[in-house]
Amino acid sequence: MSVGAAKIPVVVTEVVEVNSLIKRFRFVREDGGQMPGFSGGAHTVVEMDDAGTRRLNPYSLMSDPGDRSGYEISVRRDDTGRGGSAYMHREVRPGMKMLISPPVNLFGLDLRAKKHLMIAGGIGITPFLAQMAQLDAMGARFELHYAARDRELGAYMPELSARYGDRVHRYYDAEGQAIDLTTLLAGQPLGTHLYVCGPKGMIGWVLKTAADLGWPAGAVHSEEFLAPPVGVPFTVELAASGKTITVGAAQSLLEAIEAAGVDAPYLCRGGACGQCETHVIACEGEIEHNDHWLTDDQKAGCRHIMPCVSRFKGAKLVLER
Amino acid sequence: MSKTDFGPSIKSRPVYGVLTPRPGSSHLIVADGEGGAAVEALFAQAPEMKAKAHLIYIPGANGTDMSTAMAALGAGQYNRAPTYASVRSRIVKVLGDGHMGLQVYATGTESLMGQVQRDAMEAGLPHDAVQTEHRGSLARRVQCVHCKGITENVTTDPFVCSHCGLNLFVRDHYSRRLAAFQGVNIDAEDPGEVPPAEERFK
Ligand code: FES
Repeated sequence: MSVGAAKIPVVVTEVVEVNSLIKRFRFVREDGGQMPGFSGGAHTVVEMDDAGTRRLNPYSLMSDPGDRSGYEISVRRDDTGRGGSAYMHREVRPGMKMLISPPVNLFGLDLRAKKHLMIAGGIGITPFLAQMAQLDAMGARFELHYAARDRELGAYMPELSARYGDRVHRYYDAEGQAIDLTTLLAGQPLGTHLYVCGPKGMIGWVLKTAADLGWPAGAVHSEEFLAPPVGVPFTVELAASGKTITVGAAQSLLEAIEAAGVDAPYLCRGGACGQCETHVIACEGEIEHNDHWLTDDQKAGCRHIMPCVSRFKGAKLVLER
Repeated sequence: MSKTDFGPSIKSRPVYGVLTPRPGSSHLIVADGEGGAAVEALFAQAPEMKAKAHLIYIPGANGTDMSTAMAALGAGQYNRAPTYASVRSRIVKVLGDGHMGLQVYATGTESLMGQVQRDAMEAGLPHDAVQTEHRGSLARRVQCVHCKGITENVTTDPFVCSHCGLNLFVRDHYSRRLAAFQGVNIDAEDPGEVPPAEERFK
């Protein structure tokens, strides 16, 4: 979490290979105490020391919110990414000590709903695992529609079906199965809330279909963590701290600010929460806005930047930091 | 933006908009009094929605009755009711049987809009999913914070609680759950020292 919130020292107690792309990790507190309580949909930010590069990646908590003895996350290896997931797969072993943030929930359930309809794509299943455990314990009504590339990559599918029965609907792209979204959304009882987590294309498709069918915006929830994109190195002046820093190709602007010893706020590190928003004092060039937070007008205005995911191309960028 | 200017107020005070046709599988439209004119304007914008519309009209407590015009609008289903209380169970049933995609519109007095919003929220819709447009009287539905009794069609401030008889000052403090403004005893410290009632909510 951001400035001021103490990190939790943890020990890795389990590393399980779920399939060829996904590993599951379990963390318990180093001091043997209870983890902070969380609600389904929350994430934690895991700190990694990757050969001198400090990485902080957000992962949804997938364990039962009723279980305070530890946290579990699932990490999908992304071989084209900046290396955080590869580090988790390659280096993290049982017994290793790590630091994680207290939980933050940007994808909470709306418990006023009469029914919860969840749509997951691939690794987007993880927040729903915690949410379903929470809803099941409450006796609330829910239904999951979960699509994966094939049977091998459909993480946790058999377990979910065994536990929740016909409330779980599975779809395999490789077998030509697809969610009949229009029929599914049109048939939901009034008072249903819709949740979607998965690849960008899937989220866009679900949000658009729901809006076209007249679903109110307040009943539709989505979460997509953006990984900071790799790009061309650039230089930034930090006006308040009087420093000029260079952001490396595989580094995010936020990471470069932190590496220079300057404290900067953040929560999600994925362009979703708004916490890292920073004022731009001068900009001679073009900001590559990669976030979901700023409005299109703000993006055009060159007065704000989200350092967790956005980059810059040009002669000069001065930030109020 | 609302066509009625309510003046500056606190955050809790509801704000209203202008009814706009939205895509949807069906439309529940509830209006009272002068709200009938907003329904006419809505249908004029999107005549194709009429067939899928269920219109419920309640003549205004101030005597405004547009029911002849409402009956002739051509809504797929039309009901006229003397009061909100008398038609509430029907509205709750329509909401309970409804599916996502059902659009809810409420227009007329604040009391009417607030009660439609409350019942939609109880059916699980987000409060801002209900479209509203204020028309006609500013009369308020007020809860006495002392006896919890609700007085309908309050036009003056202060007024006498119709349940417990206390003199109540009408606040802008509003409860979405109760669909009512809050009325607080005005002469608690000096019984009998009550400012003259002004007609503030005509
Ligand atoms: S930290 Fe959440 S948007 Fe940047």
